[in-house]
Amino acid sequence: MITITNLSKIYGQKEKTIVALDTVSFNVPQGEIFGVLGQSGAGKSTLIRCINLLERPTSGSIHIKEQEITALKGLALRKERQRIGMIFQHFNLLNSRTVADNVAFPLEVMGYSRSARQARVGELLELVGLDGRARAYPAQLSGGQKQRVGIARALAAKPDVLLSDEATSALDPQTTLSILELLRDLNRTMGLTILLITHQMDVVKQICHQVAILEAGKLIEQGRVSALAAQPDSRLAQTLFPHPESYRPRAGATVVTISFTGDATDEPILSNLIRNFDINVNILSGNIENFGDLRLGQLQVELVGGQIEAAIDYLKKLGLRVEVNR
Amino acid sequence: MDWSYWSALLPDLWQATQDTAQMVVISTIFTIIGGLLLGILLVITDRDGLVEVRWLHAILGFIVNVGRSLPFIILLVAITPFTRLLVGTTIGTTAAIVPLTIAAIPFFARLAESSLREVDNGVVEAARAMGCNGWQIIVKVLVPEALPSLILGVAVTIISLIGYSAIAGAVGAGGLGDLAIQYGYERFDTGVMVVTVVLLVVIVQIIQFAGSWGAAKIARH
Ligand SMILES: Nc1ncnc2c1ncn2[C@@H]1O[C@H](COP(=O)(O)OP(=O)(O)O)[C@@H](O)[C@H]1O
Ligand SMILES: [Mg+2]
Repeated sequence: MITITNLSKIYGQKEKTIVALDTVSFNVPQGEIFGVLGQSGAGKSTLIRCINLLERPTSGSIHIKEQEITALKGLALRKERQRIGMIFQHFNLLNSRTVADNVAFPLEVMGYSRSARQARVGELLELVGLDGRARAYPAQLSGGQKQRVGIARALAAKPDVLLSDEATSALDPQTTLSILELLRDLNRTMGLTILLITHQMDVVKQICHQVAILEAGKLIEQGRVSALAAQPDSRLAQTLFPHPESYRPRAGATVVTISFTGDATDEPILSNLIRNFDINVNILSGNIENFGDLRLGQLQVELVGGQIEAAIDYLKKLGLRVEVNR
Repeated sequence: MDWSYWSALLPDLWQATQDTAQMVVISTIFTIIGGLLLGILLVITDRDGLVEVRWLHAILGFIVNVGRSLPFIILLVAITPFTRLLVGTTIGTTAAIVPLTIAAIPFFARLAESSLREVDNGVVEAARAMGCNGWQIIVKVLVPEALPSLILGVAVTIISLIGYSAIAGAVGAGGLGDLAIQYGYERFDTGVMVVTVVLLVVIVQIIQFAGSWGAAKIARH
């Protein structure tokens, strides 16, 4: 759906230049939610703003469907932008307009009649769960409601793709979840393709099918979220499951770090350790996440007494990664 | 208190108030049109503006600064040939409207410029992302979003125009300023002068109040 090839963006001229994007390439398939994860200053905003040419890339190409975006200008570019929805960290609503008039704005720009606008606005407000607030002004809404207006506005012209520039970064965790759920629903029910950029791992974890990690303008990793999370040496996995602090084992105890990489297992391993190997188990730390059917993460336990060696063999045979620290 | 004296004055006061109102209202209308256009041009031609044209921005900025730095009384005299050309006379309320407008346009242009600059750049960017052209961004985003602030600027401009109009009155344009000078300065009739000054103060208060009220009403949402 979106194909980005060798995209580079260099700010400034002559001696003082900043390479904001360095030959970035990736492909967002139709109907997927694709996340670009990176820290502040990594070039995420530059990337997403290049896609609708709010920023002209220095080199490289961007295709949406068959259309080469970077070849467009003037009216043709403005028409193409109407096919690309965009939502923002700070919502960017017009304070002088009601909720309904904000949502109607892109339709007005496209020359829809008043009655056509009204009908569509009604649908959209219902879609984002804001029916009843049509006559309110943005200043009277909560952050989450403002973002819902932003989403309704972005979808008004039935775009092919939705671009999201840190859409949940200004929201509290609860509201973030509800907005992410809304985006996921839109993706599922309408088949909406979403390209989002974020610095929040949680956003990637919650809704992204694929992720690309951007660091200092370069893509350093890219793939399906579950596949990367299951690879313990991937950047994503290391960020998701930071290696736990190593505890110094007490005398007579063994510290074991068990990594779940997705292949195991519904077995109640702690119970089995206790029951079958006569071991006392003490949990030191744990960080387990479910990705669909996959259970990923790490568990650090202290084992005392019993048949320690046999127990470690048992864990390894289950397909778990086991690190032993005596 | 001499009632016959005051009732004889009343028609003069009323006429002067009407003259001031006429001068101020008409020059305000021209000033809003000219100043807003100039303010918009200053914003959009500036660096990173909608249609960056730096040389035009520099020239407009220079003209506005010249206009702003001339004392009104000097401007009034300096442009008399232009005034005669435009309205055929250099005295009376009609003639005063020309220098009033020319003095107020750069003043309001700067106020409008700063109001328009206060509009969140993110909103402009959102409008661009939705496929707006430059004209749509100006009329659908910049001006409506800046409206509360623009209204306050208009109130300040009207008040300045009332002040200028009193000066214009001194060179024969009529109005309350003229009345105050005729009676108070030339005939040492402080009673009339006090009344005109009180009238001017009341008018200014009303306009400021109306402007603040209007701006707050729009900005509330
Ligand atoms: N208009 C600009 N002019 C110059 N440098 C810029 C501009 N926009 C962004 N940059 C620089 O490009 C880099 C990437 O910025 P940005 O894309 O905003 O990062 P992110 O969104 O990941 O925080 C930063 O070093 C930033 O300072
Ligand atoms: Mg950013």
